[in-house]
Amino acid sequence: MNDVKKTRLIERYTPGERANHWIVAIAFIVLALSGLALFHPAFYWLTNLFGGGTWTRILHPFVGVFMFLLFFILAVRMFRHNKMDRNDRQWLRQFDDVVNNREDRLPEVGRYNAGQKVLYFALIVLMLGLLLTGIVMWREFFGLYFSLWLIQLASVLHAIFAFVMICAIIVHIYAGFWVKGSVRAMTRGTVTPGWAWKHHRAWFRQVRGAPSRK
Amino acid sequence: MALQSLDIKRRSATTTPMPSERDAVVGGGVAKLIDTTKCIGCKACQVACMEWNDVRDEIGSNVGVYDNPMDLTENSWTVMRFSEYENDAGDLEWLIRKDGCMHCEDPGCLKACPSPGAIVQYNNGIVDFHQENCIGCGYCITGCPFDIPRISKKDNKVYKCTLCSDRVAVGQEPACVKTCPTGAIVFGTKEDMIKHADDRVVDLKSRGFDNAGLYDPAGVGGTHVMYVLHHADKPGLYNELPKDPAISPMVSLWKGMAKPLGVAAMALTALAGFFHYIRVGPNEVDEEDERRAADESQRESEATHE
Repeated sequence: MNDVKKTRLIERYTPGERANHWIVAIAFIVLALSGLALFHPAFYWLTNLFGGGTWTRILHPFVGVFMFLLFFILAVRMFRHNKMDRNDRQWLRQFDDVVNNREDRLPEVGRYNAGQKVLYFALIVLMLGLLLTGIVMWREFFGLYFSLWLIQLASVLHAIFAFVMICAIIVHIYAGFWVKGSVRAMTRGTVTPGWAWKHHRAWFRQVRGAPSRK
Repeated sequence: MALQSLDIKRRSATTTPMPSERDAVVGGGVAKLIDTTKCIGCKACQVACMEWNDVRDEIGSNVGVYDNPMDLTENSWTVMRFSEYENDAGDLEWLIRKDGCMHCEDPGCLKACPSPGAIVQYNNGIVDFHQENCIGCGYCITGCPFDIPRISKKDNKVYKCTLCSDRVAVGQEPACVKTCPTGAIVFGTKEDMIKHADDRVVDLKSRGFDNAGLYDPAGVGGTHVMYVLHHADKPGLYNELPKDPAISPMVSLWKGMAKPLGVAAMALTALAGFFHYIRVGPNEVDEEDERRAADESQRESEATHE
C-alpha cells in the first residue's frame, strides 16, 4: 500500500491549463522573434521565418491580440493562487537563499512562490501595456485614430515593454530548467511528491489534506 | 524609384557604412528652393507632379477653401496650403506654401524604418522611398517631423515626394520646378540656393518684410527643400510649418539607445542564467525529499484512519 502511495504523482496542471499555457508560449515565441525582427536590423533576417518583412508586419499584431486573449484566460484561471502575503515578502527578502539553493531556510511556499507571483503580475502589466501600445501602433487599422505624438510614445513604450517581457520570460524558462522536475508539471501535468514537498510544502500539505503545521 | 544611382549615403535599417569611396558631391548636394513670396497658388506644380510621377488622386469635393486636395495623400505628393493672415497693420496677407517632403539631411523617416533599404538617402541629399522594400509598417510616418509620408490603402506601401530623383539623376530639375510659371520654385546646388535665397531676403527686407528669411531648419540638419518666407520668425503662419522641427526624442530613444540597451539586457539575462547554472547548479529533489514526503503522507493517512 505504501508503495502505491510513494509513486503516486501529484497533479499540478490539468490538460486544459497545459494547453492554454503552451498556446500562449508558442504565440510568445512567434511574437518575440517577429518583434525583434522589426526592432533591430541585426534581427531582420528573422522575418524569413514568417514569409518576409511584409508578412511579419501583417502577422505580428494579430498574433499579439491572440496571445493577449489566451493569456487573459490563463491569468484568470491562476488568479486565486497568486495573491501576495507576508510569507511571500519574506521569501523575496531572502532572495540570496533562493538563488543559492538554500530552500530549507525559506518560509513555506504554497502553490506558487513569490517569484512566480511577481512574474504573474509583471506579465499582466506587460501584456496590457503591449496590447494598448500595440493597438496605437497598428497603422493598418488604427493609424487614423491617434495623434503622431501618441504613436511615437506608444512605439518606444512597446519596445521597452517587449524587452522587459523577453527578459522576464528568459528568467521564467531558466527557472524551469534550474529547478529540476518543474518542466514535467507543464508538459505531463504532474510532479513527484518530493518535488511538491521541497518546493511548495504548503501546497503539498493542502493537496494531501493535511492540516498546515506552521 | 529604382537604384539608378549607387551613390547612396544612408540606407534604412543598416548598421554598416554604405559604399562611400565615390564622393563627388558639390555645393552641399542638391536643393529645391520654394519662394513663398513669389507663389501665386496656381497648383501647376501639383499637376506637373501628378503627370511626371503617374499618380492620380481621387476627385474630391470643394469644401470652401482653395486647398485641393485638402491634404497630402499617397497620390498627391505635394499640395498648396493656403492661409489667410491679418498682419499688424490690419492688412490681409495670403500666404501660400507648397507642402511636401523636405528631404531632411537627418531624416526621421529613414531613422525609424525597420526594413533594410526601404528608405535611402543619396549623396546629393535626396531622401527616397524604395517601395519594393517597404513592409507597410508606417514607422516612417511616426518618425517624420513634418508629417509627410502617406500609406496607400491599395498596397500598404508608403509614398511621398522623390524630389524627382529619376529626373535629377539624369541632370534635369524636378517636374514642379520645371513647370512653375512665376519662378517661385528653383533648383540647384544647396549652396547656390542659399545664395539665391539671400538675395531674395535682401529684396524682401527692402520692401518692408523685416522678418523675411530662409527656412532651412537646423534641427533636422538642414533640408534639401527650403523656403523663402516673408515671416521667417513665424513659420507657423504658413499652415503650421514647424518652427524648430527635429526628430522626436521618443523616436530617437526608440531607434537609438533602446536598440543596443534592449539587446544587451536580453543577452545579459540569458548569460546570467547560464552562469548561475554553471556556478550554483540545478535545484534537485533527492531521494531524501521523496522519502520525507512519503512519510508525511503516510502519517497523515494513518491519522485519518484512526
